[in-house]
Amino acid sequence: MDDGTPIGRRAFAGFVGVGLSSLAWGGAAMDLLAQSTKLVPESMRSALPFGKGWRIYAVNPPHPRFDPATWRLRIDGLVERPQTFTYAQLQALPQARQTSDFVCVTGWSVDDVRWAGVRFDDLLATARPLNSATALKFISAEQPYEDSLTLAQLRAPDAMLALQMDDAPLQREHGAPVRVVMPQMYGYKGVKWVSRIVVTDRVEDGYWQQRGYDRDAWIGGSNGR
Amino acid sequence: MAVDPRLVIAGEPRVQRFGATERHLHTIHATAFSLLLLSGFALYLPFLAQIISDRPLMKAIHLLTAVGWLTALALVVLLGDRAALRSARREIERFDADDLLFVRRRRAAAGRFNGGQKAHAVLQAALSLLFVISGVLLWLGERDTQLRLPGTLALHDAATLLLAALTAGHIFKALSTAGSLEAVTRGTVSARYAAQHHEKWRPPLPAARERRAIAPTELALAALVLAAGAAAVALVL
Repeated sequence: MDDGTPIGRRAFAGFVGVGLSSLAWGGAAMDLLAQSTKLVPESMRSALPFGKGWRIYAVNPPHPRFDPATWRLRIDGLVERPQTFTYAQLQALPQARQTSDFVCVTGWSVDDVRWAGVRFDDLLATARPLNSATALKFISAEQPYEDSLTLAQLRAPDAMLALQMDDAPLQREHGAPVRVVMPQMYGYKGVKWVSRIVVTDRVEDGYWQQRGYDRDAWIGGSNGR
Repeated sequence: MAVDPRLVIAGEPRVQRFGATERHLHTIHATAFSLLLLSGFALYLPFLAQIISDRPLMKAIHLLTAVGWLTALALVVLLGDRAALRSARREIERFDADDLLFVRRRRAAAGRFNGGQKAHAVLQAALSLLFVISGVLLWLGERDTQLRLPGTLALHDAATLLLAALTAGHIFKALSTAGSLEAVTRGTVSARYAAQHHEKWRPPLPAARERRAIAPTELALAALVLAAGAAAVALVL
């Protein structure tokens, strides 16, 4: 019997080699692929098994449930007047709209997400932070997730507490009813299911910073990038 | 075709296609792959993440399965019939003229493995290795930002899509070819099946199978592998 040539061994080595090289170019290829999916109608895009789709990250199941009747957002800490907002009261504040990209530190991203929500100056207007205040600590209903951003960072023109995503109320897995949107930083700074905001005089390490991630998570300028 | 009379079942002569070691490897790989695929989808697909929102549990299952898979594979190789595995590897990695015809979808006589089965096994092995490397990098990258490479996620994703498609084809072929499933469940196929699908294969007469004694060094190594597996479990959790 003809034993043949060890093509299989060569194919194995070649395949593994190409695969390993993709550690360098795979991210760019995924971006390119995602760009090409824009040719597909938006309604069908989510059915594609690749491209720029959301991945739902959470740390403590189940995802918190939102009940408009009982839900409250508390703002306290270094403020003149601690506030408690109902969902309707948040909706009554000035609503800003923006389209921005969402970038996860693990390597995936979603382009052109349409957000609507409240800018932080508007949110804090009634509570009135004291002069000593420098940061906000966002506490999630999904304990023990929390994260802090400085007031200076939150004055970025595209930072907001979002109530809507892609023209619909925020979905449960995206942090219903409100989440932080901070497009210039990686997604882990965007606390979902925000239930309390504490005004502080120093930035505290959040959930992921306690696990080694950078405090200032600028996209392309932190976490080893 | 030479048929061992001991393998004649219900009047139909049968020949040995896979030994116990080969079948154990297959069972371990298939079970681990299913668990990894399911837990992976729960981590990856938003609509599933809504239903199974326990991400930490899914992650733990995913990591534990990966460690268990590698540990079990190492144990089988260590304690099993290594000569049989070596000869299977040699058969799989060598393609003769007929195998190349088969891959081009022409009629061709096959040995114990046809060209498609060989190509499948090679791809399975390569993708498995790439899974392990990219998976370890994903795990390390959560701990050390220096190890977060731009393509790790893309590689793990692409390997998932490729391997899922490949495995779907593998299962389809196994279920649609009458008589082939028994090769992996019982280790034997009918002589008629062998003659029909693997014309060039000359099944060896199973020599009176002596039980291979396990050497003390192998036992010591196996204990070491188990300890390494346990350490890896402690590390990932």
